[in-house]
Order: sequence, then C-alpha cells, then structure tokens
Amino acid sequence: MSEYDLEVENLVRDFAAFRAVDHVNFKVEKGSFFSILGPSGCGKTTLLRMIAGFLEPNAGDIRIRNESVLGVPPNLRPVNLIFQHLSLFPMMDVKENISFGLKRRKIPQSTIDKQVDSILERVGLPEYGQKKINQLSGGQKQRVAIARALVLEPSILLLDEPLGALDLKLREQMKIELKKLQQQVGTTFVYITHDQSEALVMSDQVAVMDKGAFEQIDTPKNLYAHPKTGFVANFIGENNSFDATVSSSDPFRVKINSDMEFNARAMTGLSTGAECQLYIRPESIVINPLQNEPMNKFSVTVKNVLFDGANTKLLATIGDTGQEIMAALPQDKRFDHIQPGERLNVGVYDDACTCF
Amino acid sequence: MPYAGRLTLYFFLTPVLLWLFLLIVIPHIDLFVISMQVENDDGDMVWSLLNYQAFFEEKIYWMTFVRTALYAILTTLLTFIITFPVAFYITKVLSIKYSGFFTILLLVPFWVSELVRIYGWMILLRESGVFNHFLLQLGLIDVPIEMLYNDISMVMGLVYTSMLFMVVPLISSLEGLDDSLIEAAYDLGASKPVIFAKIVIPYILPGITSGSIVVFMLTLGNYLTPNLMGGKNSLWFTEQIYNEFIASFNWNQGAAFGFLLLVLSTFIIWLGLKLTRQNLSRALS
Amino acid sequence: MIRSLPSGKTYRYGYLLYVSFFYLFLFSPLLITCVLAFNDSNFPGLPWEGFTLDWFFADEQYRTGVFHDDRNLSALWVSLQTAIAVSLLSLILGTMAAFLFEQERFPFKQPLFFLSLTPLVIPGVILGISILLASNTAGLYFEEHWGIDIEILRPSFWLVVLGQMSFISTFVMLVVSARLKKFDPALEEAALNLGATRPEVIRLITIPYLKPALIGAGSVAFLMSFENFNTTLFLIGSDTTLPVSLYLQVRDGSTPLINAIAFILIVSTSLLALINLLASQRHKDE
Ligand SMILES: Nc1ncnc2c1ncn2[C@@H]1O[C@H](COP(=O)(O)OP(=O)(O)OP(=O)(O)O)[C@@H](O)[C@H]1O
Ligand SMILES: [Mg+2]
Repeated sequence: MSEYDLEVENLVRDFAAFRAVDHVNFKVEKGSFFSILGPSGCGKTTLLRMIAGFLEPNAGDIRIRNESVLGVPPNLRPVNLIFQHLSLFPMMDVKENISFGLKRRKIPQSTIDKQVDSILERVGLPEYGQKKINQLSGGQKQRVAIARALVLEPSILLLDEPLGALDLKLREQMKIELKKLQQQVGTTFVYITHDQSEALVMSDQVAVMDKGAFEQIDTPKNLYAHPKTGFVANFIGENNSFDATVSSSDPFRVKINSDMEFNARAMTGLSTGAECQLYIRPESIVINPLQNEPMNKFSVTVKNVLFDGANTKLLATIGDTGQEIMAALPQDKRFDHIQPGERLNVGVYDDACTCF
Repeated sequence: MPYAGRLTLYFFLTPVLLWLFLLIVIPHIDLFVISMQVENDDGDMVWSLLNYQAFFEEKIYWMTFVRTALYAILTTLLTFIITFPVAFYITKVLSIKYSGFFTILLLVPFWVSELVRIYGWMILLRESGVFNHFLLQLGLIDVPIEMLYNDISMVMGLVYTSMLFMVVPLISSLEGLDDSLIEAAYDLGASKPVIFAKIVIPYILPGITSGSIVVFMLTLGNYLTPNLMGGKNSLWFTEQIYNEFIASFNWNQGAAFGFLLLVLSTFIIWLGLKLTRQNLSRALS
Repeated sequence: MIRSLPSGKTYRYGYLLYVSFFYLFLFSPLLITCVLAFNDSNFPGLPWEGFTLDWFFADEQYRTGVFHDDRNLSALWVSLQTAIAVSLLSLILGTMAAFLFEQERFPFKQPLFFLSLTPLVIPGVILGISILLASNTAGLYFEEHWGIDIEILRPSFWLVVLGQMSFISTFVMLVVSARLKKFDPALEEAALNLGATRPEVIRLITIPYLKPALIGAGSVAFLMSFENFNTTLFLIGSDTTLPVSLYLQVRDGSTPLINAIAFILIVSTSLLALINLLASQRHKDE
C-alpha cells in the first residue's frame, strides 16, 4: 500500500491548439494539505476539474488510492470539490444542501439527520440547518460548502480558490480555520489558489504552476529560501530583479551595470560571460551594515519611503545608475530619520543574492 | 458536459425541428405556392400570377393594404407617445414605495381578453352608450352622437390594445437607467428636453425598438379591433384575407393577400431593426 | 424631473394629472363592463335600472344567465381544454428548445434559432391561414394517394392546438432561456460531484431552478391560448372557442349576458395575474 492518496502522472490537457495543462506530475500524501499555486489562467482549475472528472485528460493518468480513475464519471469518484463560487443550491436550505449527497447514497433519513447535525456542529454552525442560502454571510456559506463535501467523507477534498470571494479580514480568519479543520478531520486537501500567503500559511507542500506546467514542488519554507527557477523566485515573496552578467564562476560573481559586482549564488549552471537574472529580496537588504561584516556593500539614494505598517519599504536608486531597488524598512524607530534624497550605505549577504 | 453526448442533442433537436418545419416553414412555403395558383375552368389548379395581378389592379385591395400599413405605423407612434410618460413616471418620478404597485396595476387589464376590452369600449362609445348617456344628462348635447365606427375610435382601440407591449419593455429599460446619469446631466446644466433627447431616449432605444416591433406586428395582424370599432369604410387588410377565406372561399386569392401581408410586416420590422441597429434576438428577449 | 431633482409646480401637477387620466383610460372600459353585468336591464347600457344577478343565474325565456347558457358554457369548456393542451405542450416544446439553444452546440444553430423566433413576428392571421392551407394540402394528398382520411388535418380541436402551439412555444422558449442563461452550470457539476446521476441532476437541480420561469411561462401560455382569436379563427372546426363565440355575439348585437361572461373573465384573469405577479416578485427577492 502506498501512502499516497492522489498520484498524477504526465497529465496533459489541450483546448484546441492551446495546451492548458502540460505534463504535470505530483503525489499527495495521505492526510496532508497540498496546494497548487499559480497566476490566474495558468491551468489550475483545468487540472482540478480533471481530478474531479469533469474533464477528460488528453494524456496521462490519475490514481486515487492506487486506482486509476480515468473513465470513471464524476459522480462515482471518491473526491469532492469545493467550487470557486461554492455552488450551493439556492433553492434548498442548509440542511438540504448538506444532505444532498447522503440522500443520493440512499442512507436512511435518521442517519442523515444525525450526520448533518454533527457536521454542522463541527464547522461551527449548529442550529443553522433551516436557513436559506441567501441568508448566510460569506464565511458561513464557505463553511456550509465544506460541510456539504466533508459529510460524504471523501478520500480527497479539492478546493478551488474557495476564499477568493471573501473580503480581506474574513480571508485571513478563514485561512487559519481551514488549516485547523483539515488537521482535525485528517482528510487530504488539494487546495488551489493564486494567493501565495494562503498557500504558504496552510500547506504542507506547495506546487508552483506556470503556463500549465509545474515549476517546483516543495515545502513553503523551501520555496521561499531555495527557489529552483526564476519564476518561483519572482512569484514567491517579493524580489528585486536585475539583468546581470557572470564575471567569474569560482567564486561566483555577477556584474550589473558594468561597474557593480556582487558575490552571489548560482542556482543553475552558469559559466563566465553568461547573461542571467540576479534576485535580491527586499527583506535581505541590511541598512547601515557593520564595517567588518563580509557582505556585498553599496550605496543608494533614497527616493521615497512607502509607509505600510510592518511592511514599510524604502524605494531607492543604486549608486548613480538610476536603477531602482526596494528594501524593507523595519519600523523600530532606528530609521525614522530617513528622508528622500538622503544617501545610505546598504549591504546584502552573498547567500541572499541568487542568480538564474 | 462530457457525459451528455449526442443523444441529448437529438432528444432536444428532433421536436424542435418538427415544430419549426411542420408548423412554420412548410406551411409558409405552401402559402406561397397556393398564392401562385388559380383554378382554371376545368377545376384544376394551374400556375398563375393572377392573384397578385388582382391585388394591384383592384384599387380597394391595394388601398386597404397601404391604409393598414400607415395606420399600423401611426398606432405604433401614438402608443409610444402615450405610454412613455407613464413608464417614466412610474420608474423615475413616483416614490419607490408605490412604483411596484402601479406597475402591477398597469399590467392587470392586459391579462383580460382583447375581446372583453373592446366590448367595454363599445358600450362606452356607441350611440346608446354610457358617454352619450352622461352627456345627455348633463345637457351638453341634445341628440346622441355616434362615437364608434370611425377611424379615430379604431386607432384609439388599437392603441389601447397594444399599450402593454410597449410599456413593459419601456419600464424594464428605464429601470436599467441609473438615476445618477440624469443627475449628472442636470448637474452639468442640461435642460429637460436635452436630458430626454441625449440621455434617456438613447439609453432606452433597445426597449423602444422591441416594443415598437411587437406593437406594429400585432396591430398589422389585428382583426377584432378594426372589425368591431372601425367604420364601414375602415377596411383593414386582415378583413380582406378573412373575406377571401371565409366568405368568398377563394383560398388562392387569400393566400396571396396573406403572403403580401407577411412581406410587408417582415420588411417594416427589418427596416426598424436596421434603423436602430438592433437584431431580432436582442429585440425579442 | 426625477425623484431627486427639483421641478416646478405646474410640471408636477400637470404630470400627475396626465398619469391619472391614463389610468382612468386604462380601467374605464373594464369597470363599466363589470358594473353593467349587474344592471337590471335587457340592454347593456345606462340608465341604471337596479341590481340583479339575472345575467348569471336566470333561466327564463328572455333572460338566460351564464350558468344556463349552453352555447357559451360549451365554448368555455372548449377554450379551457384547448388552453390546457396548448400550455402543456408548449411548455414541453419551448423548454426543450431553450435547452437546445442554450446548452447544445451543433451546425446551423444560429439560423435555426432565428427561425424559432419568427413565429412571434409573423401576424397570427398568417400563421392561421398557412397552417390551414398546409394541413388541407396534406390531407388531400393522403386521401388521393393512400385513400386515408386523417381527422387531425381538418379544421378541428387538434389543429387549433397545433396552430397556437406554433407561436406560444417561442414565447415559452424565450422565458425559459432567460432564466437558463443565468443558471450557473457549476451547480449541476456540484450535484454530480456529490454523487447524483444525470437524471437526478435534472430532476433535483435544473427543474427546481427553472420552476418560477416554468410557472410564469405556463400561465401566460394558458392565457395566450385561452384568448387567442386571430390564429384560431381559421383552424376551428365545429367546436367554437369562447373568444370566437363571443365575437359572433358582439358583432350581431349584445345583451348583458356578455357583460356577465366578461365579468367572470376579468375577475378570474385578474386573480391569476395577481397571483402570478406576486409569485414572480417573491422569486425576484430570492
Ligand atoms: N473550455 C475551455 N475552452 C478553451 N479554453 C479554456 C477552457 N477552459 C479553460 N481554458 C483556458 O485554459 C487556461 C487555464 O484555465 P483555468 O481555468 O485552468 O485557469 P486558472 O488557473 O484556474 O485561472 P484562475 O485563477 O483565473 O481561476 C486559460 O487560459 C483558459 O482560457
Ligand atoms: Mg480557476
């Protein structure tokens, strides 16, 4: 017995000449929270609909608990889907929505009643059974949709950007609740989103997707610290990026603007003279570094302070080049004196300069 | 729908094709074929243009045709002029609290059969009718006047009959017009006529078009109102068709008239759609 | 001008007066018809001769009330039967057409859709005569070539039903399509995902969703059929429908009997209209 609930192999899906999903491979461990993260239109929904059975793949295989589900119609697959717009049935009340799937299984009414009550309890909506769908708030609808799927005890719960329609505050709150709920019920979640913070906060594993293909599958921490491609480096967290040329390969050094050289980390095989992209995270830039600290040091001219609470940033230009760079500005009073036009010394550790 | 295949398509397509071909396309082809035939002396059907020739040669036929077309256009115009202020009042002037009620009130009479409504007008207007009774009582007239059976009463009846089909599209497109557009125009210094001409009318043009098409078509094809409210000389083209079919039993001539009426209504509707840059499916939905 | 903008006194009162006159214009023929149904006079008009229910219940030589008037009662019965048959059949056909044009893809879809709209812009008289001609041609053909006489192809109850269906189906199709357009196909997928089979999806999700449209379209179809005159006139056999029977009576002179029938029609259709409008109002809120 493998410990994987879901295995996807070389999955391909074309819409006419357009390839929406391009040779995707991944495995999801039993009981884990797996996210697929990618920009809008990259093929996430298409991938999920193939797993749920609403679309047939052009090639590849999907196995749920070791059994291929190709050709199995959607109503017979042991997966349930939380739709992008929830798709609660407006003509039924909460209880009828939740019992819909159980009734299809011809379960006796008394058992259904018990199960509905218990799942409503679990998602924190006891006494809500008789409410109409349009009487619920956004967060409550969310929970009813999850209850409607979980009551069927699926092997895998698929969620298609279920928080997309909520406002920011509620989204933050539901993020934490969803994670708690998943740990509590132990069902495998495959979660789709284009919001990186959702993916990073909740997931055990995240797959980053672009143009129909997976770029990297890793833990949230590794994606941030060790991106494997330029796309991932750019997409996860914020990044400054510069066109650079490799000036020496051992030690690895790159040049931007012909006169500025950085000690950096090569993430792919780059030989001397090659063109590449240099990435520096705003939060890895140290303002006024110590004299004897071994790091890349340079001076910048402050253009603007972009105040945003704990996320406040400094927008500056490097040396006299006019190249813009963003740096995090910690709000601990040390840098309150900084004014536009000022010249500052900054530094960045060699490790934090990554090249692709 | 990956699991609903060809079978569903044929399930839906077959009855629709039967409907459209058996009840619409083939009967209209037959209408045309029969209009191109006459009975010869032996009682056999032969091809001929005589039916159409008769239409152009008999003055009474083509005069009625032209009259019907002109009066149908006039009725459409009058219906718009009379109902537009009411639609505007209900949607934009009347307090929101009452506008729902008055809209419903507006619709109720039209659920009642056309014949009943015309009958009501007949009892009101005729020589021994209710209006004459009151005018005599008040001493305004000495002898009763016949207010029924003339062109004016006929057009009034036609307008009355078709108002619903104008007012409903007008109300629904006026409901879509955001008050703030009118407020903005007012704020920028536009006068009432300018606001109507530049903001309101252009916005509800699709509604006007669909209302006009339906009113025109229904008026053109109306039989009851011209027959019961019009005078002896207020001949309507549908009455000609009726005469050929029921009274003279000359179906070939009647078919030719029917085909001409169809051509006329198609042409005017097409013209209306072209002038307002609309298409049929949008105008009808 | 509008609620939020100021306007002069003359404009305001002038406008109010116009709208009041309009409503008076709208209701006066109906009100007078109803009132005169209770006038104790042999002629539908004023002066008022006193209140009577004779025009409903009397059964005398010179005064026959509606409920004893066989001619109109049987016409009413024919009309009801026609309207029930037409509204049911049109509801089925129109709904199928709505599904066809909203959810299926096939060649020549656009021209066929256009064709399906035309019955609403073809004058009813022409629909009537062309169906009469075609059924007559077909009937003659069957008789000459196979020697069979097909009842349905002669002016008769079922020919009237077919004739009315030909355009009422378009109306149903438009109403159902409008609601189907707003239907989120994800709801059907959600039901499939929860284990429902396709027939269950249609029965439990799609049809309940369409219900308000089906009820609305069905009741309007019923009335359209019940009141139809233009198309029916040419297709009718020996069983006259109520509008045709009333027309013949009104044309040849009238008695308050017609007012009594009109009263019943006005009251029952107004009730039906109100129920229908209130129901659709309620569904709008959902
Ligand atoms: N039925 C279809 N026919 C043709 N193209 C399609 C179809 N469905 C999706 N696509 C295309 O496939 C690509 C991927 O679509 P998909 O819905 O999977 O994106 P997504 O990643 O879910 O985006 P979002 O985050 O906006 O929901 C898009 O470019 C879309 O235009
Ligand atoms: Mg999507």
